Amino acid sequence: MKLTPPIATPAESRTFGLKHAGQVQRPGREAVRMKGWLAAHRFWLLRRLVQCAIFGLFLLGPLAGVWIVKGNLSSSLTLGVLLLTDPFVLAQTLAARHVPELSALIGAGIVVAFYALVGGRVFCAWVCPVNVVTDAAAWLRRRLGIHTGRAPRGSLRYWLLGAVLLASAVSGFAAWETVNPVSLTQRALIFGGGVAWGVTAAVFVFDLLVAPRGWCGHVCPVGAMYALIGRVALLRVSARHSSRCNDCADCYAVCPEPQVIPIALKGKDRGKGGASPVITDSACTNCGRCIDVCGPDVFTYTHRFDTRRV
Amino acid sequence: MKLSRRELMQGAASAATAGLIAGGAALAGRPALARPAQAIRPPGALAEDRFLAACVRCGLCVRDCPPQNLKLSRWGDGIAADVAIGTPYFVAREIPCEMCEQVPCVKACPTGALDPALTDIAKAKMGVAVLIDQENCLNFLGLRCDVCYRVCPVIDQAITLEKVSNPRSDRHAMLLPTVHAGACTGCGKCEKSCVLEQAAIKVLPAAIARGELGHHYRKGWEAGSRDGRPHFDAPVQRLPEHAVPGDLAPLRSGAAPYTPPVLAPGAAASGGAP
Repeated sequence: MKLTPPIATPAESRTFGLKHAGQVQRPGREAVRMKGWLAAHRFWLLRRLVQCAIFGLFLLGPLAGVWIVKGNLSSSLTLGVLLLTDPFVLAQTLAARHVPELSALIGAGIVVAFYALVGGRVFCAWVCPVNVVTDAAAWLRRRLGIHTGRAPRGSLRYWLLGAVLLASAVSGFAAWETVNPVSLTQRALIFGGGVAWGVTAAVFVFDLLVAPRGWCGHVCPVGAMYALIGRVALLRVSARHSSRCNDCADCYAVCPEPQVIPIALKGKDRGKGGASPVITDSACTNCGRCIDVCGPDVFTYTHRFDTRRV
Repeated sequence: MKLSRRELMQGAASAATAGLIAGGAALAGRPALARPAQAIRPPGALAEDRFLAACVRCGLCVRDCPPQNLKLSRWGDGIAADVAIGTPYFVAREIPCEMCEQVPCVKACPTGALDPALTDIAKAKMGVAVLIDQENCLNFLGLRCDVCYRVCPVIDQAITLEKVSNPRSDRHAMLLPTVHAGACTGCGKCEKSCVLEQAAIKVLPAAIARGELGHHYRKGWEAGSRDGRPHFDAPVQRLPEHAVPGDLAPLRSGAAPYTPPVLAPGAAASGGAP
């Protein structure tokens, strides 16, 4: 009995690709050749810019004395008015039977509304600092040609989400916040780290050597919460120009959740009365790496009702 | 929906894994319930178990604390190692609470882990000061120090100086700092300002500092005083009002040196002879 079946590692992704089967360790080369380096990295650059800008805003206070944003991503106050609260940490608080102040509830409401619109896991790809860590591990896996390791089933994160809330209810305190690499890394960045950096490093090693794309894609209950929030998100990636696809499989190689691509890309006869080209799977992080890395520009951002296939 | 045997087993495996991880996380957070005595929570903090349920560890209280005395605990940082990670605390001996009138830390807390009902900082109960080492406290040694008494923001209520005769010299007063827990806010200024190498007065969490009287006890003298029955107030100390032999104070002040009181002849005869 297999408890932890392997997910599609880059090695297996090659079976999708025919043309560049030997080159999948460096996905995106063709895109760089066809579109130029900048265009082949625009969403990646934009994403890192957003991630850095958010933490820059948090650090502007303690480092430069300019207090635009206070707190951290568990709860923050922008310009003294806009309070934002992480819905997962608030859910743990509620499970632990503490009724928070209205301000925290409103703050979480704003966050939920925003991510319900743009895609829950936009938080994972565009905000969460652990994303940089796991992306780096995935990149290093490709470069070093590490194809071993297996990740737990992707459904584990939902089970973990439920188990954490249950544990919070039983123990009476926010159970995940002692070990949560997401908030530990954020706090280490904003308030100083100590040993907390060790947790960040552990996630890196886990993703590099144990489980390909393991943490964000299969374990993290924060991501699971945001995936649930973004189930009906408006902003989505579409494989609109799937007819241009040359089966290079670069998108599979870079995608942190490669299982979300095939239905949209290869759905019944590439759209002839078949599946929608829109990637509606809530696991999609809207990171845009598939758009970047695709030479013939198959993918594009659009809204979920835009099912045109060209 | 029909569950296949395989799906059922896979689900069970995931559930078991998730249970183990979450249970492990809860266990890992468990020791932090017993926080070290020197780590004092900010004003208005709920009781420790409820505080840990409520605090989202955002650090907004830390940011809004004017004297910057609050810290978020970090793994591996001395005292902080035993404080639930990411939660705020301060160490009185390092930087005490400034007792800001506006209580900005409580106002900053988005979840109510710091109770917004606390609007008067003098009602804060961060801990209780305890004069923990009477053998080294300068006042107990018969010296005049009183620094803790002077810096107390609720002077003469939270800390008073109790005048006691010094049995060593038999003619000096000892002014003993005495904490009245009802008025003490636990700000820690007394601990911070104690002139000893290690403070003789320390702020401790109330759960550690305070005893609890058996609930069947009735302080009869309190009720008696209220009802107008005879008072049983603390005896008034009668320290020497007049100079006694060997006293240097009259010489310093230019007054006449010690002169034995002149007793009436009759009084000496009748009072002195057994």
